[in-house]
Parts: sequence; C-alpha cells; structure tokens
Amino acid sequence: MNFSKVKTTILAGAMVFGLGVGQSSAETLKYAFQGSLKSLDPYSLNETFTLGFLGNVYEGLIRRGPDLNIQPALATSWEVLEPTKWRFHLRRGVKFHNGNDFNADDVIFSADRVRAEGSDLTTRIPKDAKFVKVDDHTVDVILTSANPILHYEWGTWSIIDKEWAEANDSVKVTSASDDNATKISLEANGTGPFKITKHDVGVSTSLVPNNGWWDTPKHNLTKIEFTTIASDATRVAALLSGDLDMVYPIPVQDLKRVDSNDGTRALIGPELRTIFLGMDQIRDELLESNIKGKNPFKDVRVRKAFYQAINIEAIKKKVMRDLADPSSIMISPFLFSNSGDFVRYPYDVAASKALLTEAGYPDGFEVGMDCPNDRYVNDEAICQAVTAMLAKAGIKVNLNAQPKSKYFAKVLASNSFETSFFLLGWTPGSLDSWNVISNLHGCRDEKGKGSPFNLGGYCNPKVDELAKQILVENDPAKRDGLITEAFRITTDEVAYIPLHQQGLAWGVSDKITLEQRADNQFMMYYVTKN
Amino acid sequence: MSDASTNSNAKINDNEKGLVVRIIDSDMFYSFRQSKIVMAAAFVTLSYFLLALFAPLISPQNPFDLANLDLMDGLTPPAWEDEGQARFPLGTDDQGRDLLSAILYGSRLSLTVGFASVAFAAILGISLGLISGYVGGLVDTVIMRIADIQLTFPSILIALLIDGTVSALFPSSNREDTAFWVLVLAIGLSFWVQYARTVRSSVLVEKEREYVQAANLIGLNPVTIMLRHVLPNVLGPILVIITINLALAIITEATLSFLGVGIPVTQPSLGTLIRIGQDFLFSGEWWVTIFPGAALAILVLAVNLLGDWLRDALNPKLR
Repeated sequence: MNFSKVKTTILAGAMVFGLGVGQSSAETLKYAFQGSLKSLDPYSLNETFTLGFLGNVYEGLIRRGPDLNIQPALATSWEVLEPTKWRFHLRRGVKFHNGNDFNADDVIFSADRVRAEGSDLTTRIPKDAKFVKVDDHTVDVILTSANPILHYEWGTWSIIDKEWAEANDSVKVTSASDDNATKISLEANGTGPFKITKHDVGVSTSLVPNNGWWDTPKHNLTKIEFTTIASDATRVAALLSGDLDMVYPIPVQDLKRVDSNDGTRALIGPELRTIFLGMDQIRDELLESNIKGKNPFKDVRVRKAFYQAINIEAIKKKVMRDLADPSSIMISPFLFSNSGDFVRYPYDVAASKALLTEAGYPDGFEVGMDCPNDRYVNDEAICQAVTAMLAKAGIKVNLNAQPKSKYFAKVLASNSFETSFFLLGWTPGSLDSWNVISNLHGCRDEKGKGSPFNLGGYCNPKVDELAKQILVENDPAKRDGLITEAFRITTDEVAYIPLHQQGLAWGVSDKITLEQRADNQFMMYYVTKN
Repeated sequence: MSDASTNSNAKINDNEKGLVVRIIDSDMFYSFRQSKIVMAAAFVTLSYFLLALFAPLISPQNPFDLANLDLMDGLTPPAWEDEGQARFPLGTDDQGRDLLSAILYGSRLSLTVGFASVAFAAILGISLGLISGYVGGLVDTVIMRIADIQLTFPSILIALLIDGTVSALFPSSNREDTAFWVLVLAIGLSFWVQYARTVRSSVLVEKEREYVQAANLIGLNPVTIMLRHVLPNVLGPILVIITINLALAIITEATLSFLGVGIPVTQPSLGTLIRIGQDFLFSGEWWVTIFPGAALAILVLAVNLLGDWLRDALNPKLR
C-alpha cells in the first residue's frame, strides 16, 4: 500500500477527531447510530431511524411526546365534523427554515406528495381521502369511510414547503432506489427545532437549532453532529472513551460494560416491536420439508407443539440477557390495554411431543427456517436457540440465517412468500392493534393481496370481519372488546408464535439527559447537556 | 517412538526388514530426528489426527446434536473460573455447547475439509499439469492461461465466488448436507493452479529424458507413460505443496466459516466458533473465541512446520 496515502488517511482521521475534541463546548451533542442516513426527503423511506431523525427537522400536523401521546404540532386542534369529515386548524405564525410561511397550501401539497409515485409512506393517508382548503389556516379532510385513527401515523408525515419544493425541482418524490440526487434529498427545509447545515450522505450530518421555532425549546444545544458507526465494537468504544455523547443501539452483551463504566450509562426500556415466529399455513405442501403431499402447519396441533417447545425464559435470560419481555400476543402490552387477559402457552416439551404424536408425527419432521442475521436484536442467536429447542421435540430445523437484504428478498410478497417457517418483527406504525390484525392476520391470496405482510398466510374470515368492525368502531371500550375477540381467535389457533418485545438499548454519557421513546426514535430537542 | 520401533525392527530378518529399515536409515528420517521442533510439530499434528478421529469417543458431548444442548448452560465460563462447571472444562458458547467437544468436532471437520479439498486440488492440478506439460501446444496454452488468470485473484476470493455460486444453485434447506462438499469444491478449485504449474514444469524437464523417449519407442501409450514413468519423478515437490496447502486449506475453511459462508452454525467448525465468539470478546466472555482460535493456530502452525521441514529435507541443495 502507498505509504503517503496511509499517512493522509491517518491525518484526516486525526483531524476529524481533533476537530470534534477542540469544539467540545458543553452544548455540542455528538452521537452515532448503527445505520446510515441517506436521502433527506422525508417520504423516501418508511424506516424508524430515518423518520425519527427527520422528525427533528420537519414536523407533522401532530407529533408524539416522550410517552408517545399525541400532541398538537402544526395543527393546533382538530375535530371530527362527521365520521367522514375532519377539520384541522393550523398553527399561525409558523415559518419554514428558509423564512417562508406555513399555510394550508403546504398541507395539501404534502398530502398529494406523500401519496405520489416513489413515496414509501403512501399508507399515511387513505388513498381516496380528499384534502380541502377552507382558509389559509384551516383544512378539511373528506374520507370515504370512517376512520377514527386517521391521524395516528401523522407524527411521521412531515409537512413540506410547497413554494420551496416547486422552486427547487423537488416536487417529485425521491424514491429509496433513486440515484439522482434532488435538492430535497440533500437539503432540508422544515419547520422543526433543528436545521441541517451539512449532510454527507450515509456518513455524517450536522445540525444547528432553529431559533425561530414556534415551540419553547427544552434543549440547550448549539450544535449536533451525527455520524454512522456500523461496527458494534467501534460504536461502544467511541462512547466509552468520551468521543461521543450518545450511541445506539448497544449490543446486549456490552450493556454491563457501558453501565459500569465511569461517565456513561445504559438506558434500557421495552421497545414496541414484537418478535415472533410464523409458519406457512396456506400452501398444500411445504416448500422446505420432508413431509410431502400435505402441510403439517395446517394442523393447529403442530403449530401449538412448536409453540410449547420454545423455552422463552431461556431465550430471555441467555440470548437477550433479560433485555426482552416475553409476549403472549402479537402487540406490545403498552399499545393494548387488555393484553393482560392473555397468557403464553406453557413451555412443555412432553406436551409438545404428545401434540406432534397426536397430529401424526411421532418422530417429528424436517422443516427449513428463514431468519435474518442483522435486523433484530440477536436475531440469528434466537433462531439457533429455537432450532435447538425444537430438536428436543423431534423437529429437525434447517436454519438459513442471512443478511436482511437477502432474507427479505426471499420471504416477502415480492418473491411469493418463499418460506415455510420464519422469524420476523413487527411494530405497528399507528401504535394500534388494528394495524397488527390487518397486516399480519388478514386472509390473503398468493400474491399477498389482502394482507401483504401475512407471510404464513393465516386466514380466518371471522378475524377479517372483526378487523372491519374495529376500524370503524369509535367507542374505545367496545373497540378493545373487538380487538380482544380477534386476538383470542388468533391465539387459540396459534396463527403465530409470539416471542418477545425486544429492549431498547441506548448508551448515554452522564453529561447529557434525554428522553427515550419506546418506538426507538431519538428526539434531539429533549436533550440537555452540561 | 523411534527407539521402540528400532528395537522391534531389529528382530525382523534381513529379507523382510527392507522398507522400515530403509525409512529409518534414510536422510529424511535423520533430518527429522535432528530437529526437536519438527518432532514436536509431528507430535502435535498426530495428536490432532487422533483426537479428531476419536472425537465421538472422547468428547463429553455431541455438539452437533442440537437436542443435547440446553440454552440455560449458555456462556458458562471455563471450569477454573468462578461460575465455571466441571462438566464444561473450557466453558460453553452462547447456545450452551461444550467448547471442548465443539473444538474436537470442529478440528475433525477442519481436518476433513482440509484433506478432502487438498486431495481434490491435487488430483485436478496434477492431471491438468501432466496433460499440459506432456501434450503441449494449444492444450498447454489454454490450461496455463486459465491458471494465470486464476493466479491473479487471491484464492480466498475464488473460494468465496465458488461458494456463492454453488450455494445459490442448491436449495437452502439442504445446506447442512451440502455445505461440506461446497467447501471442498470451493477450496479445491482455488488451489489447483500451484499443482498444475509445478507438475507441468517438472514434466517439461522429464519428458526430454532418455527413459521417457525409451518408453515412447517401445510403443507405450501416452497415458501409461505419464502415470507410470513421469508422475513418480515429479512427486517430490508435490508432496511439499500438499503439506503446505493442507495448512492453507484449513485456514481458508476457517476464514470462509468466519465470514459466515462456510459450515452452518448448527455444526460449528473452528472458524464458525471464532465468529460466534467474536461478538463476546470485549464483553468478558473471552473463552468462546480464544480457545477455538488457539486450537486453530496451533494446528496450522504444526502442519506448516512439517511442510517447511519436508521442503528442506527434499531439497538436494540444502543437504
């Protein structure tokens, strides 16, 4: 290797760190995340980290507080005039970062743009909803059917300045696979608490506070530097050495080290994502099994046998190091008040074997399993543990753990759900059970029509009927009753095997205080540093 | 070993003692006994062979039988540490696999892959080298140019490429069964060039010799000449390459498994174990990666030392 080149690299590296150290005045927040920030177009990618980051720069009509409650943001209030007609009153005197005024035209423009071609956030607003301008600060939304949770996902639907977008050739959405950089993918013009000053695509981003923000700032920052550090060990080391104020995620095995280190602490809490196992129940013969001519997973006894073979406490203790909450249903207990009514089927290998014998598989059978190895916390280790546990019940699992890009390309609708047995995680974007029931439990065809993320193809028309009723039910108690009924059916029929809600794990310097949100979004405007 | 065999050999009568005595009296054996390091390396290598061969009898647990594993035993430290348990002398990995057993089985896997892939590479390389050198002309050009092209790539890249291609062709559910053969194929194909080139250059020298011309004159067919007359005379350098390649093949297998494309996690080889342990290295659970790592390093060092010695011993200029 060329020596001078090496030297330059080292110098450059030293300069980067030198700069950081030199400027470490009390109010600069430096933090790192495992993944990278690519396009700044808020409609490019429906992914927690990107949406959470841009939530500090752009704002929606509503926002979610630290405990995920809905707060007014760009809309000061709203009312449901008729079940199918909502009225939103917009905040007055709000300015975008470039000084333009925020008004009803921006909302209508954003509503069209978020549903346009290339947007990854099309589900934020029903396709046939109409946005009507009443005056400059009032917008009506006309729906074709009632939808009491219309605005639930609007915290991540950023409002874009119409004039700015049109002037900068950024009306068209920059899709995630788009290579042509548009102005809006490289620069941001929101109404939020921070402005982006420099964006090095996929590497680092700098922000400064927006002094004209309409809300009273709770932070005391003067500058924010964000970097991507993909390697777990490097990220943890940067926090421990004091180079960074905050990093996430922290791998579970390093939590103790971060917590016991002087000057840093590990912030852990339950995440809303539910990790579960799914089984192909729609094909007449499994793609990857030694059982030919029939599909053992069509038999509820087999599904229950799989369920009871899994020692969830061992996974919690050994694989997740207690940073997980075993779950009895497919949604986090924080999002569904009746979740206490459900209990897990007990771990019982003998019962599992008995069920398999009863179903006609006394010696078990062989089945292939798909698993990502870089998506969820310790995903591959969980799959390995499941493989070993099922072996005790006589099931031979051929584990195929691969990176998420290959994994998703294999098991999703785009590849006709090519899987027999899989591990997946799901966070309902609306933070509501209806999302879980309709996306994961609805009847679907081979192409995924009806319920695109129901990989196993579980189907019970009664559940579909309940989902329809839940969507339009306005009375919370009745609605919870319907949801309970639906989950009761899917639990009895073992539609899935829920495993746990994985934990959030942030590493934080003692110099800063912050709020940790259960959906793993990082709100920089709650950070104080001293 | 040498003393005992010398004594017992003394009783064998003159007519039958031929081979053994010839070995004992040979220069090779003399140089072997001269170096303590080589003797130690031979001892270590032999121990590995025996341990690997008898792994199912020696090891406390069958680490490939998933039904034997209990997750609750996961990440138990070695027996001499505070929380260690006597039944896991070297501790366990994250799935509760006894590390000692896993290393024994893993070495067995590493050695088997090593031998099989070297044998495959040698057979392929020697055949192509013989044909190339003996036939010459267009055949020679084609084979040697392919070899040249392959030589411009690092062998690990070739192995990765082949592994990727073959894995894509086989259904993933058979991965446990096919992974071994895919590895052998991938490593073998990435190593054949050295054999081919060495054999070819030796053949080019040998085929001008009188004994080959004589064989030709009495009308033997080319295949017989190649196998019966030329091959035995080019075997010396091949033996050296085989030994050194064995160490390389073991390392390549470990590398591929470390990268996650080799032997599946349910049947960990040494490389797979190192990969699993790597995640825990800085978190206090050092044993998961250190022990397999040490086992691999010692095995490769021993085989390499043997190869070096063999090269020196067979080199007439160094005698």
